[in-house]
Amino acid sequence: MDEKTNTLLKASPEQLLYAKILEKGMYFGLLILFITFGLYTFGILDPYIPLDKVSEYWSYNVHEYLGHAEIKAGWAWLGMVKYGDFINFIGIAMLAGVTIFCYAAIIPTLLKNKDTVYAIIAVLEVIILGAAASGLLAVGH
Amino acid sequence: MRIKDKLWAMMFIGLFSLTVLVPPAFAEASAEAAVSGHAWWFWPIILFIVTFIMGILAVLGGVGGGVLYVPIISGFFPFHLDFVRGTGLLVALSGALAAGPGLLKMNLASLRLAIPVALIASTCAIIGAMIGLALPTNIVQIALGATIIGICILMLTAKKSTVPDVPQADRLSSALRICGVYQEASTGEIIDWKVHRTPLGLALFVLIGVMAGMFGLGAGWANVPVLNLLMGAPLKISVATSKFLLSITDTSAAWIYMNKGCVIPMMVVPSLVGIMFGSFVGVRLLKIAKPTFIRWMVIAILAFAGIKALSKGLGF
Repeated sequence: MDEKTNTLLKASPEQLLYAKILEKGMYFGLLILFITFGLYTFGILDPYIPLDKVSEYWSYNVHEYLGHAEIKAGWAWLGMVKYGDFINFIGIAMLAGVTIFCYAAIIPTLLKNKDTVYAIIAVLEVIILGAAASGLLAVGH
Repeated sequence: MRIKDKLWAMMFIGLFSLTVLVPPAFAEASAEAAVSGHAWWFWPIILFIVTFIMGILAVLGGVGGGVLYVPIISGFFPFHLDFVRGTGLLVALSGALAAGPGLLKMNLASLRLAIPVALIASTCAIIGAMIGLALPTNIVQIALGATIIGICILMLTAKKSTVPDVPQADRLSSALRICGVYQEASTGEIIDWKVHRTPLGLALFVLIGVMAGMFGLGAGWANVPVLNLLMGAPLKISVATSKFLLSITDTSAAWIYMNKGCVIPMMVVPSLVGIMFGSFVGVRLLKIAKPTFIRWMVIAILAFAGIKALSKGLGF
């Protein structure tokens, strides 16, 4: 096997960087999620919705659920992380957000390699995922 | 039939029964549960058991967890479709996040192939999620049922090509330098791959993204045929890139559902843990299981769940 083929068989530096951040973010997010779920279910932190009342809400549609439970949508959960149920959103947000950091991290490498088209696509992806995460694109029933 | 085969058949018929027949029984019990006041941990444990079985079946049947999760849980459990879709996306996302780093490091998932595709699929998944949340639930349920039945037909009819013949890369893929090299582990052969029909492939990802966002399904069932059969990427590259792609597509849609309030931790965590543990067991069973039989069983479960979603949407 010649050296060129050997090099081509390996993942590119930006791909490896992406994988590294994705892996760390995934493990960290899962760890936080499991810890916070433990705090919730073992009653270490009091939940906003009592554990024995949760099943009364999940058969409603989301609009009715928010209304009955008096919960605000979007990033309002940040102000409720003192509750055992809402603290779980930290881990969930980490899992959902790690991809944005992966894309942002590879942009400098792409620009350094003069891979302008891919750098532009990566910037667009960060903007799109950021817009989705921001809560600005809200719709409802 | 040998005794070993009989045992396998019995085991999988048992799993099938658990997945398809037990949830309705629990669903019937749900009304009772609300009245008689089951302990709070009743539903999370049931969810964990069913998703654990789903995780095994998903690996053995070669499908993603999300595609099994949404039709089965929405069809047979008391949870509203809004929460099932939000959780389904997080389940599919977690599976993709767990597999993605390894696939990228092994250079089986191609970042170069995924980046342009992901831009289209993730944008359209946002649109799909917005459409799905704006439509009445019964309409989404009917469309979900029809889609699931369509997926069954696709699984029954779609062929796969290990290394498709791509005579010449198209102009777009050449300009984007979407190509690569990988070594087939079983033969040691070095495979130089490129893709064609890129504009048509990208156009199809508009539809795939919308459907993924609208129904909260992972989209591996659609990604792989498009990447492999249409665009001509080798099967291993297609499967790995598709799995990684879900981590981007599902992220965008998951944020829409999360910001809308469609995430209940008591549903998310047991489902996520159940699917993950089931997948670990499934990977171990993969060495001794009979893939064809299991694939048929998964198609049967999906078809049943699809019909159930249709009938629920139509109010029967």
